[in-house]
Amino acid sequence: MKLLVCVSKTPDTTTKIKFTSDNSELDTNGVQYIMNPYDEWYALVRALELKEAQGGSVTILNVGPAENDTVIRKGLAIGADEAVRINADPQSSLNVAKQIAEYAKGEGFDIVFFGKETIDYNGSEVSAMVAELLDMPFISYASHMEMDGNNATIKRDIEGGVETLSVDTPFVISAAKGLAEQRIPNMRGIMMAKRKPLKVVPAATFDDPVATVSYELPPEKGQVKLIDPENMDELVRLLHEEAKVI
Amino acid sequence: MVLVFAETQKGKLKKAAFEAVTYGYRTAQALGSECVALVIGAAEDAGQLGKYGASKVYQVEDPALEKFDSQTYTRAIAGAAKELDAKVLVLSHSTTGKSLLGRLAARLDAGSVPGVNAVPTTDGGFKVRKPVFSGKAIAEMEIKTDVKVLSLMGNAIQPEVVGDNVGVEALSVPVEAGRITVKDVERVEGTVPLPEAELVVSAGRGMKGPENWGIIEELAEVLGATTACSRPVADTGWRPHHEHVGQTGIAIRPNLYIAAGISGAIQHLAGVNNSKTIVVINKDPDAPFFKAADYGVVGDLFEVVPRLTEALKKFKAEN
Ligand SMILES: Cc1cc2nc3c(=O)[nH]c(=O)nc-3n(C[C@H](O)[C@H](O)[C@H](O)COP(=O)(O)OP(=O)(O)OC[C@H]3O[C@@H](n4cnc5c(N)ncnc54)[C@H](O)[C@@H]3O)c2cc1C
Ligand SMILES: Nc1ncnc2c1ncn2[C@@H]1O[C@H](COP(=O)(O)O)[C@@H](O)[C@H]1O
Repeated sequence: MKLLVCVSKTPDTTTKIKFTSDNSELDTNGVQYIMNPYDEWYALVRALELKEAQGGSVTILNVGPAENDTVIRKGLAIGADEAVRINADPQSSLNVAKQIAEYAKGEGFDIVFFGKETIDYNGSEVSAMVAELLDMPFISYASHMEMDGNNATIKRDIEGGVETLSVDTPFVISAAKGLAEQRIPNMRGIMMAKRKPLKVVPAATFDDPVATVSYELPPEKGQVKLIDPENMDELVRLLHEEAKVI
Repeated sequence: MVLVFAETQKGKLKKAAFEAVTYGYRTAQALGSECVALVIGAAEDAGQLGKYGASKVYQVEDPALEKFDSQTYTRAIAGAAKELDAKVLVLSHSTTGKSLLGRLAARLDAGSVPGVNAVPTTDGGFKVRKPVFSGKAIAEMEIKTDVKVLSLMGNAIQPEVVGDNVGVEALSVPVEAGRITVKDVERVEGTVPLPEAELVVSAGRGMKGPENWGIIEELAEVLGATTACSRPVADTGWRPHHEHVGQTGIAIRPNLYIAAGISGAIQHLAGVNNSKTIVVINKDPDAPFFKAADYGVVGDLFEVVPRLTEALKKFKAEN
């Protein structure tokens, strides 16, 4: 099977978020970047498991500038066969999706994997866009997938439950927790990654229909009000009269 | 025109549908335009959307739309948007809405912003706001295309009655069967799903073991709340996975979030810090969660939680 995994780069989960002085951009000073956890832990690993079980190849794809290569190399170290970087720095999801679709169109991938969302923008939209551009079925928030030939049985998370469905390749899938178990790259993988191909592809030109104008930090929480643990009537009173939530 | 896709479940409108129509109505007001709603499949109460500001409710029915498939739903909704010449599409930021937003944006070649939490401003461009970095910041984004697609974060605005029921009109749009076969849908019955819940009681490793959860369930029951948990609790199988909230679990924004025996790690906060009111019960006064809390109780949860349950019972009896 020919498998594609789209991976993005995001600030590490523990990053303290601050912005440039005019609040128009993330202040990248001291920010540690990682591969988006959903892409790395679940999407990539499930693709590798499929390849190990049935043969084929795993390509990882990133749309981004040259500085993303470190993150891409990690995907190769975990086990992807090859990597492609589309050399662009798009400012909108639709532009990213069009770049991905433009590349994937002629390649005949059986499954295109995504993470459920990037942990910086929390968009959860690039995957659905690519599915539409490629005119493929889209299975979002997959937490379990079994393949039988070219047919997949997939469980996906829905509000307050789980849906089970069946679909034939080709399709687009976005990975939630449970789809696979995180893998840590070993020394051999890291050494081998250096010799694996990382192809840089020129970008096509598309518009950015959306632009980020500015950022702000959420209003600071006031001081916590401490309640005597013996006096829960007081807490109930405050929740009713002050917070007005019960 | 603003077109709102109103989600239903088991033939009835979801709470998110009323929120989305209220949002669509206010957006239409800001644009000096009209808000209409679209339901897919049977919805006995669809006319009620008129009360929340829809001047018309359209209904699309087709056997191909009986089960959810983002491909067929996208065709139906995009078809309706074109038919009605809608300029703004409003969805709910639910698993359904999130599976549709990107597809619709691509199909209509429209700019999209997922998870908005405030009505657009329209002086000097169409601008919306959405939480980013897992709630650690808010971004203001401008959509520059003629057609725009938005999804509204749950619990971000309260549904508001502004009018009366309206009639429901059948709308016919071309739909094609998709390739996905839904085999089974399992839902936890009886409780409000976490993303929609207004009241949530959550517990973490401080519970010591799954056998102790009775006090949490009782508190949730008295309150009419949905239960949640921290990630290690779900990972070790103490609680089901669908209860896991946080960065890697579900992101929620209830009116009230009560956390017992949860330390308040940054990845946990990422999924809950948009809650309106946060109550933290922890025996460690230095637990980081207290910094993000509105009300804090420093004490042993095994004593505090049952006491809170009793106090609530008393309150409910008196009110
Ligand atoms: C990339 C990444 C993603 C993650 N995603 C998530 C996520 O989505 N959600 C999530 O929750 N975590 C997530 N985590 C894990 C997170 O970092 C914390 O490890 C986790 O939230 C801790 O869970 P906890 O608070 O239940 O347990 P602990 O940190 O062990 O805290 C237990 C708390 O209970 C208190 N306690 C103990 N006994 C009592 C008692 N008798 N009465 C009152 N209080 C008591 C203790 O003082 C302590 O504060 C993630 C981590 C990483 C690295
Ligand atoms: N620049 C990018 N290059 C490749 N894949 C991406 C990029 N941005 C996002 N993705 C993929 O799209 C998924 C959803 O991203 P988002 O819509 O931003 O939440 C991510 O988990 C990645 O799999």
